[in-house]
Amino acid sequence: MTQPTKKQGRGVSRRAFIKGLGTGAVGTAVLPRLLAQETIGTAKGDVPVYDQKRVTFRVNGEAHTLAVRPDETLLDVLRERLDLTGAKRVCDRGECGGCTVWLDGEPVYACMFLAIRADGREITTVEGLAEGDRLHPVQEAFIEKDGYQCGFCTPGFLMTSAALLKRKADPSLDEIKQALSGNLCRCGNYVKIYEAVAEAGRKIRRS
Amino acid sequence: MARKTFVDIGDSSRLYQDEARGTGDQAGAQTPVAAVPAAGARPAYRLIGKRTARVDGRKIVTGRAEYTQDIKLKGMLSGKILRSPHAAAEVVSVDLAAARALPGVLAVLNLTDGRVRYAGQQVAAVAAVNEKTADRALALIKVEYKPLPFVVDWEKAKETGAPQVQSDRPNVQAINDYKRGDIEQGLAEAEVVLERTYRTGSEIHNTTETHGSIATWEGEQLTVYDSTQAVHSVRDGLARALKMPAANVTVIKKYMGGGFGSKLGVNEHTIVAALLSRETERPVKILLSRRDNALCVGNRPITQQTIKAGAKKDGTLTALSLVNYTCGGVGSGDRTSEPLIDIYKCPNVKVDEWTVFMNTGASRPTRAPGHTQGAFALEGFMDEFASALGMDPLELRKKNYSTRNRGDTGLPYSSKGLDKCYEQGANAIGWERRNKIPGAGSGRFRRGIGVATSIWFGAGVPGTLADLVLYPDGSVEAVCGTQDIGCGTRTHMAVVAAETLGLEPRDITVKLGNSDYPYAPSSGGSLTTPSVAPAVRDAGLKAMERLKQLAARKLEAKPEDIIAENKTFRVRTAPDKTIAYADVFRDLRRETVFHGERSGMPNDKFAFNTFGAHFAEVEVDTETGRIRVLKYVAAHDSGQIINVQTAESQVIGAITQGISTALFEERVMDETTGNPVNPNLRDYKIATSLDIPETTAIFVEVSDPYINNLGTKGLGEPPRIPSSAAVANAVYNAVGVHVKEIPMTPPRVLRALEEKEAGR
Repeated sequence: MTQPTKKQGRGVSRRAFIKGLGTGAVGTAVLPRLLAQETIGTAKGDVPVYDQKRVTFRVNGEAHTLAVRPDETLLDVLRERLDLTGAKRVCDRGECGGCTVWLDGEPVYACMFLAIRADGREITTVEGLAEGDRLHPVQEAFIEKDGYQCGFCTPGFLMTSAALLKRKADPSLDEIKQALSGNLCRCGNYVKIYEAVAEAGRKIRRS
Repeated sequence: MARKTFVDIGDSSRLYQDEARGTGDQAGAQTPVAAVPAAGARPAYRLIGKRTARVDGRKIVTGRAEYTQDIKLKGMLSGKILRSPHAAAEVVSVDLAAARALPGVLAVLNLTDGRVRYAGQQVAAVAAVNEKTADRALALIKVEYKPLPFVVDWEKAKETGAPQVQSDRPNVQAINDYKRGDIEQGLAEAEVVLERTYRTGSEIHNTTETHGSIATWEGEQLTVYDSTQAVHSVRDGLARALKMPAANVTVIKKYMGGGFGSKLGVNEHTIVAALLSRETERPVKILLSRRDNALCVGNRPITQQTIKAGAKKDGTLTALSLVNYTCGGVGSGDRTSEPLIDIYKCPNVKVDEWTVFMNTGASRPTRAPGHTQGAFALEGFMDEFASALGMDPLELRKKNYSTRNRGDTGLPYSSKGLDKCYEQGANAIGWERRNKIPGAGSGRFRRGIGVATSIWFGAGVPGTLADLVLYPDGSVEAVCGTQDIGCGTRTHMAVVAAETLGLEPRDITVKLGNSDYPYAPSSGGSLTTPSVAPAVRDAGLKAMERLKQLAARKLEAKPEDIIAENKTFRVRTAPDKTIAYADVFRDLRRETVFHGERSGMPNDKFAFNTFGAHFAEVEVDTETGRIRVLKYVAAHDSGQIINVQTAESQVIGAITQGISTALFEERVMDETTGNPVNPNLRDYKIATSLDIPETTAIFVEVSDPYINNLGTKGLGEPPRIPSSAAVANAVYNAVGVHVKEIPMTPPRVLRALEEKEAGR
């Protein structure tokens, strides 16, 4: 299946640990270097300094080079620094799929992917799904079949659905359900979403 | 325990239900009742009642719909709130010095009144240049607490000697009683009497977008971008809290990621954002965390409902009684009695409801507050009673069918299509396939079919206003201070305006989600469509009248002879005399505003309610206790549907939530720490795509000339009310024992099966 693993395998994820540093919830010093960075102090009286790393990646076809901190997630960078707010922060810990974007064409949870690892990669967000004014079939089908309500989870569902259809344009209902099971829709519009994905598949097969 | 005098304890479900009934709203008090047209068949519409794709669909699917979370203002600061880890404590001291001294911190506030009553209660707040700095500042605030005894188990809170939650009253408070006829006599007349107790857990709304607000000041003028269901009520709440004129406050909601009741009214953090912004003279954004969402912005109250009823052997109800103990933490529980008082014909009814306080965050209305839990108990009871009487559960319901409210003792319903819902729903699910005797099947996997009934208010609020602005260039704007919380209100407004003016939905520019726009009620209580659509309709009819006058003058005809068709006006008597819309609009000369208002209702003559019947088919694994829902049918009488496309989504979503509550959802409290153990989306289980079956939504044809000018009723809540009950009743039909408690987790199912086995 195309969707990323929903749950972290074991214990505290590296990212959760790093994020925890910010609020002082530090366990054992298994990452002494990062801990050391935490105590470096402040620059210009504002923000704590971390070792930053210069990374270059493409987002929706456009190249970006920027210095990222080791604790910044791809979602942080997309939303806060590139103003691409299509991917949503919902659970912020890999439980709901609201932040799903493509990394080299494969869906990932942007909240669980550290930005420094995106160096040299190709990222696609919901803002890059349409080709200019021409909507992706999945976007058209979500509108036609009302595959949303409040729309907050929709960008994630679109990215997961479009990735599924890239692999298989005629998925069975069961395959659709499996593929979407890593995305939560609290308004509960799953039935309409299944219809939308199936319809998008038909559109792709026709084109 | 104090009786009879019901103290004001912020009974959210009562206020909510009053508003939902259309009786709690002052704006509508002076609204005249419109002349009642003769009852008859529904009018034939071109757009209303058909399928229209959302007018803002493109914005949503391209990721350009702007949610509060997405809004960034120049110079905006990050606000964060420090919350108590203790469920009960005295706050001895709060030392803000270190936080204030941290570079990048621009404001620090002490928010405590010295006493903490639940974990998650706000204690202090900071505003800083970014989130990380704000987080660091929170960690530097030194709070000395003196922890106090607390209670987070409602049954223990009810006991004598439990820690008292509120300083001024005991933990158990009467919130409602109701009586009609003579319950003892009704039980004495009965040939069959049954008593059962049902329990429902505490649900967390868990909206995808957590609560959040951005506040910014320009002199004395405060503007707040809020993730809210109620721009007008947040404006009023802010003005009250900040002791400033409501006229100086504007609340804007563009897009919002789910509410379900948890985003009604002003939030504490919204006030904090305004205070921090005033102090720093910069915009301040506060977004709550997922954990905050589970602790301090609402939950559905717990209930324990005991129903005792009597009936003749033919199923005629003679007595119905309910005792409800409900708990909404430091807030009020929900009154669950309304369905029991109303749905079934019964002369003798008695209700006693009590709320219990405990040290958890206050409840908030949760999609159909009270009715959802009430329907779970009442409808479960009806199925168990049907078995005791040897009757088909659907026949028992039909046997006690009412046409007047208060169980056939009150006012006639303005319209009631529940009989059609039963009939069409039963056909669609294949009701005859059910086990004639619950649990009659054999083998490990058992299948069953269940039914449950819905009743809700949903008449809308008289006095709701909407404007249509017609421009000489032919463009049209529909403006209303309502909000689209995902139900498709933008599209409904466009559909009604376009229908009335002879245009297409895409021709209408819709403006909503701003408290500066004409008054509309909160988007809760299933109020929005039956409030807003009639107001838009009213404005449209007025605009059309004006356009026809202009056309008549040009065509030298009488206005009553003018017909609008295909963006052309023509004269009925002279088919060749026509004039294009564009030419008539040009004659308006300037933009012209037509004010629409939702009229009053003849409340003294009719009861206004929505109805529905749900049917679920399930399979129960009797070895693991796991339940799978296989098929679902929902039939609704919500009067005239405005847009079938979005109405279906409302129903489907409510079914998903009902299945989710029936099977998975429950906040679990840790009695040692006083904190929830599942304040996230991994441990708090909600339904996923794998859990939701094939679903059919049916809207029955009902005409209601009394309710409003479109005969439309609410739909937000009605499908949420019976959806957990229908699943539970299907499980009962499958295995022959009612689980009586939601969520029906595998251990609870297995326990019920064991009890059945043991003959208990």
